[in-house]
Amino acid sequence: MTAVLEIEGLQKSYRSRRRGTRNALDGFDMRVEAGQVHGFLGPNGSGKTTTLRTLLGLIRPDDGRMRLLGHEVPADLSAVAGQVGAIVESPQFFPHFTARETLSLLATAGEVRSTRIDEVLELVGLRDRSRERVKTYSLGMKQRLAVASALLKEPRLLILDEPANGLDPGGIREMRALMRNLSETGTTVLLSSHILAEVQLICDSVTIISLGRRVAFGPVEKVLAAHSAGTVRVRLETVADLPEASEALTRAGFRVTREPDHLLLSGVEEAAMVTRLLAGQGLYVSELVWIDGDLESVFLDLTATAPAPGQSRQVDQSAKPAAVGQRSTGGWGA
Amino acid sequence: MSLYRAELRRLVLRRLTRWATVLGLAVLATVAIGVFLSNQKIDDAARAKAEVAAEEHWQQQVRQTEEFRAECEQAAARGDQSDRFPPDCSQISPPPRDVYSPDQFLSSTFDFRASFGGTLIAVAAILALVGFVVGSSFVGAEWNTGGMMTMLLWRPKRVTVLLTKLAALLTGLLALAVTTTMLWFGSFWLIATTRGTTEGMTAGAWQSFALTGLRGVTLALVAAVLGFGLASLGRHTAMALGGAVGVMVVGQFGLGVLLSLTGAKFVEAWLLPTYVQAWMQKEVVLRDWQTCRVNPFGQCDPETLTLTWQHTSGLLAAGLVLILGGACWAMRRRDIS
Ligand SMILES: Nc1ncnc2c1ncn2[C@@H]1O[C@H](COP(=O)(O)OP(=O)(O)OP(=O)(O)O)[C@@H](O)[C@H]1O
Ligand SMILES: [Mg+2]
Repeated sequence: MTAVLEIEGLQKSYRSRRRGTRNALDGFDMRVEAGQVHGFLGPNGSGKTTTLRTLLGLIRPDDGRMRLLGHEVPADLSAVAGQVGAIVESPQFFPHFTARETLSLLATAGEVRSTRIDEVLELVGLRDRSRERVKTYSLGMKQRLAVASALLKEPRLLILDEPANGLDPGGIREMRALMRNLSETGTTVLLSSHILAEVQLICDSVTIISLGRRVAFGPVEKVLAAHSAGTVRVRLETVADLPEASEALTRAGFRVTREPDHLLLSGVEEAAMVTRLLAGQGLYVSELVWIDGDLESVFLDLTATAPAPGQSRQVDQSAKPAAVGQRSTGGWGA
Repeated sequence: MSLYRAELRRLVLRRLTRWATVLGLAVLATVAIGVFLSNQKIDDAARAKAEVAAEEHWQQQVRQTEEFRAECEQAAARGDQSDRFPPDCSQISPPPRDVYSPDQFLSSTFDFRASFGGTLIAVAAILALVGFVVGSSFVGAEWNTGGMMTMLLWRPKRVTVLLTKLAALLTGLLALAVTTTMLWFGSFWLIATTRGTTEGMTAGAWQSFALTGLRGVTLALVAAVLGFGLASLGRHTAMALGGAVGVMVVGQFGLGVLLSLTGAKFVEAWLLPTYVQAWMQKEVVLRDWQTCRVNPFGQCDPETLTLTWQHTSGLLAAGLVLILGGACWAMRRRDIS
């Protein structure tokens, strides 16, 4: 498979005289394969938008290599700009122009045929409102216009930073269908979003970023499997035996969570080890199930951003993976 | 080229462009109409009427003087010592005839050769103002609303995008300025033929007016570039406008006060309007009257300083290079978010 987008060791720090240096990106890596819908996930302030801006030449990186559609960027950006449609964090449009004027100015500047304007307006559902000023649009309508502007170029790579922001449920579903269609016709879609159920539904693969570093990547099932792997639910014939079983399993090195009528074990490699151990103690297992985490719990686990009771988590309070090179190589994913 | 076309269309679509143009033209039209209404053609009949009016006024004055002297003499005969009258009634004498020249009784008339040059300054000032406001908002609004970012996603060559935008702006403004100046020439020629005189318009006089008009158009273009550059540097229209107002009010006014307090020579040489004046009138002669204070009697020969339009062109060029260069440099370097 060919990569449409490759990032290696991307570094970006914002310097301010008063608050010192903030590493928005700290050796970030990413790879998106052609024809996929790729999810780009991370807590607020983790560096998603910074990554996309850097990729599109709006911000200059401090270090690292980037390639878009086989061209080095930002050096060769002009060569690929025509094939990359992007919206970056709710783009703004000139409020006194109509949607049609806005798109037509972009189409002229980008030498796109003018019939394409009607096509994209139709696609995003703004056909009948296209002659109204953008100022009068609702949040979701502006977002639709943004998507329309990104689609105008008939891009090979479509980069969408939180496109669902402000869309109604119907709009979200349409967006999902749109992305599916695009990816079927060969367009690669990079989608940054916080709606993980949505991402799980439409994305083929994901990259998860936390504090400017990649914490997980790969096909969705693999990421899910790798990070929820080893979690099993165990029930015994008699509930009264649970404490004893819990103790035995803890001694054997499993992480045990006690629930009223069952145990949750993590770090399990083979189910047989559990049954054998318990049987040796005269405890009989009535049910043993592997549990698949959903993307949300994997995300919260990986970024350590799950809300804790009685405590408000601050932004930037998330998992910081070890720097590249120091990272242990017991890997998952690609 | 396609980018240039898009920018030109954007310029024309903008409401501010349209409003500023209409407003500027309206002000100029008002001035022209005012000049038309306040001037009259002077023919022989009008001149004869003025002669008659002058004679009548003089006669009336003579009559009044005679009456007053008569009263004075009567009072003197009565031995009245009131200070209503001078002690010697023979001092009361009528004004000489030539105090009442017929010229005072002629309505004002528009002399094209003498007055048209001055009106070109008004055109240049209005065009420069329109240029500055439209120029700064054309790029400033783009920065505020994030339109610049969207454009850069389409055309990643930053300086090219900025300069193409500027080129579109200057094209639009040039078209406006040239048309306006031509219309101005036309309407004042009409005013002069119907309400004044076009005498003495030699080829040299025409050439001089044409050059003044050209300098006015240039001034407008420079103002537009400065507004554009400042707004792009500050990424905000308000920044450019605020900067301009700041320079004018604080810089110029404050500097003027400060310099006159310290008793510097040729205070005006530090003030920008002097240079604009020099630009439009080809030269301005500043006089230092302080030297006269030393010798309050007799002939005063103040020191002079002559500022020519070449001085101004140096200043404009330096401003252009600094601000536009700065804008391009910042555009290349900065992070856009
Ligand atoms: N112009 C800037 N100056 C200083 N710091 C910045 C700037 N832009 C972003 N940052 C910082 O960089 C970090 C990454 O920001 P970024 O916008 O990339 O986050 P994000 O992942 O897009 O978050 P969100 O999910 O909220 O959109 C944050 O800590 C942010 O404060
Ligand atoms: Mg963001």
